[in-house]
Amino acid sequence: MNFNLAPNTNKSTTLTMKKSKPERSTWSEFFVESSIRVVGFSTIGFVALIFLFLLREGLPIFYEISPANVFGTRWYPTFDIFGSLPLILGSAYVTVASILIALPLGVCTAVFVREVAPQWTREILKPLIEVLAGIPSVVLGFFGMHVIAPLVRINLDAPTGLTAFTGALLLAYMSLPTIISVAEDALDSVPKSYRDAALAMGATKWQTIWRIVVPAARSGIATAVMLGMGRAIGETMAVMMVTGNAARMPLSVNSLFMPVRTMTATIAAEMGEVANGSVHYHALFGIGIMLFILTFCINLVAAKAIFKKRYRGGLR
Amino acid sequence: MVEPKIRIEGVSYFYGDFQALDDISMDIPPNSVTVFFGPASGGKTTMLRLINRLNDIVEGTRMSGSILINGKNIYDPDINLAELRRRVGMVFALPLPLPGTIRENVVYGLKLAGIVDRNRTDEVLERSLDQAAIWEEVKDRLDSPANALSGGQQQRLCIARSLALEPEVLLLDEPTSGLDPISTRKVEESLHELKKLYTIIIVPHSIQQAARVADQAAFFLMGKLIEYRPGTEIFTRPREKRTEDYITGRFG
Amino acid sequence: MMHRSHVQKLGFAFLTLCAITVVAPILVVIGIIFVEGVRVVSWEFISAVPHDGMKEGGIFPAIVGTLLLTLGTAVCAIPVGVGGSVYLAEYAKDNWMTRAIRLAIVNLAGIPSIVYGLFGLGMFVLFMHMGTSILAGVLTLAIMTLPVIISTSEEALRTVPTEFRTVSASLGGTRWQGIRYIVLPQALPGIITGIILGLLRAAGETAPILFTVAAFYLPRLPQSPFDQVMALPYHLYVISTQVPGMPMSVQYGTALVLLILVLSMNFVATIIRSYFRRRRQW
Repeated sequence: MNFNLAPNTNKSTTLTMKKSKPERSTWSEFFVESSIRVVGFSTIGFVALIFLFLLREGLPIFYEISPANVFGTRWYPTFDIFGSLPLILGSAYVTVASILIALPLGVCTAVFVREVAPQWTREILKPLIEVLAGIPSVVLGFFGMHVIAPLVRINLDAPTGLTAFTGALLLAYMSLPTIISVAEDALDSVPKSYRDAALAMGATKWQTIWRIVVPAARSGIATAVMLGMGRAIGETMAVMMVTGNAARMPLSVNSLFMPVRTMTATIAAEMGEVANGSVHYHALFGIGIMLFILTFCINLVAAKAIFKKRYRGGLR
Repeated sequence: MVEPKIRIEGVSYFYGDFQALDDISMDIPPNSVTVFFGPASGGKTTMLRLINRLNDIVEGTRMSGSILINGKNIYDPDINLAELRRRVGMVFALPLPLPGTIRENVVYGLKLAGIVDRNRTDEVLERSLDQAAIWEEVKDRLDSPANALSGGQQQRLCIARSLALEPEVLLLDEPTSGLDPISTRKVEESLHELKKLYTIIIVPHSIQQAARVADQAAFFLMGKLIEYRPGTEIFTRPREKRTEDYITGRFG
Repeated sequence: MMHRSHVQKLGFAFLTLCAITVVAPILVVIGIIFVEGVRVVSWEFISAVPHDGMKEGGIFPAIVGTLLLTLGTAVCAIPVGVGGSVYLAEYAKDNWMTRAIRLAIVNLAGIPSIVYGLFGLGMFVLFMHMGTSILAGVLTLAIMTLPVIISTSEEALRTVPTEFRTVSASLGGTRWQGIRYIVLPQALPGIITGIILGLLRAAGETAPILFTVAAFYLPRLPQSPFDQVMALPYHLYVISTQVPGMPMSVQYGTALVLLILVLSMNFVATIIRSYFRRRRQW
């Protein structure tokens, strides 16, 4: 489909698009873009490296001693008895207890911040919660040792204040920032139309929150719990300082008020004193492998939910 | 007979499975205003964006055919993309000033091309703002933020920003869609001046505007080029029934 | 039966109580440490070397050590972290490789800090023969800080409108030019906030430096990157658990100095964020 008409032609420049001669900046640009790419891919390398070195130093334990020993119920490194069960259960016990405290508290606080609190309250609460996230765990552990432990001992009539409960309490507060912020995002992504519909049908704000908004956000809240758990299992210093570190099997509710020892605390407390390459050394790395796999799985599950959220709806 | 500035040859274009353009061929003469019009999602904006290869950024698309500017296929592998886009300027539907001052906006393209000499940029600044009919309004506040301008001023600033590079072709995608009638008039008037220097292709935001500015006009419908003739003819006695229906408001 | 509006009132009161339960202890922790610690913190405390089994003198080497470690972490982690975020936000296509990278970052963020410590020991201290040194500690902390910097920076880059990139391209800009002249400057406040939050974590961590750099007691300043250093968090751990008869005041003083360091970084990050959010032009 062509036609000609008489246009006013008084300018005839030629478009100089000859062989694309690299511009002055092209080489440096190529360099920058390549480095950025390499750096992006390097994150995968770091995860692989971490796992590799844990395996390198930790795998020997699984053939140096019998499996029955590795997963036994007693941890006495001095006698070459490396039963990791009390440590695994110790971590699980403290973590579950901390989530039982943090979940209701965190979700209620998230609901309060998102749905109820007036603007000015929100502006005080949010930075404070961020401050909590920033307090070093060793400072919280120190505080737990000197302030909370004595309170626990006196009020709960425990022989020592350094108990699983003390640890769980601290862990709960340490995972609260994560739980609150993820739960908040989840509440935030519930469409406004749900709320409006419920309110229009005569529900009170309270009913709308608990019967509509929170149920709609439950998968996000589940993610919050997963991430909070990941945080709690991996926490080291605070737990080590307040749980008393007795490697015994926590098997009853009463154990809550007795000392307990976690996987992380064991590594932190004992690695400094072992000889490189000894069985004990390998055993501690073996615990590291377990921790890595455990948190990897937790994050895998949580990541699924996070990705779903990222790619839903418009990008950017 | 004049050499066409732009020759579009058998261009088809797909977004995934959706065919946005179907075998488009047309010649666009230099130093004139060419209008692409038609109902929404008819392919006119896509066609426009193909002319400076801005759709290269979009993932999952496919194109066949060729687009020649001054006889050179711009989809050849040896084309310098940055150079092409400097030669073929683009103004978008919404005024999109970059963060920064009025001056920074206008000279941004020069900075990308490596031209930072102050004398030169000052000269370009005044010339392009003047061509876009906004110099008088902003000459005393060149260093104030661009987003403090009104919508109409911002759009003319964006035109000036493209003109600063002295492009050969200027593509305008509904440049007046967000503007008031007075600003629209100013932009349209500036087009009449600008076509003396540039080849202009515009997607108008109304048929009235199309009729006002067109030297020649192309009617796009569902990815097909239905009719392409001088503006004086197409808007008064269209040959195609579908063109007539659209112009007279029977659909659209 | 209680009226619905009473239920609501009671419910809201309960939620308020929850929020207070969360927030009040934070203030109590900070308050107690401040009140107990402020008595001992003096110029001498922060500028003198410890002596008498750390019961006397100050904590100067530990402060310097933590500052050095934080600085070193910044030097190593910022280029990699910001580069990685630019890759993810600007270059990465939505394919399996990108998903693998994202998964890697989520997992890096979730790996327990003590496992980073093990890794640093295995790789840097032993395998690469760096010994217990600043270098080994810094590298360990840098990898740990990376995911924080990457995710917050990517978030900041993504808030910059796509249109700016398109405009820049339409004016003959290459992709990198658009990033360099428009996207990065616009995202900078967010990126800086992310960096500070990441470094804050590095400054306060103990577990990763336990076996890679931290010295129990070293009353002099380091001479080279292959020296050990004392560090505030580790020092606090040591004096509160490993040294019998340590005066409480010294412990609280050390905790206070560490807390002030971390909180002031937090404060700066908050200020930058809110200041630029108000000033931004889009």
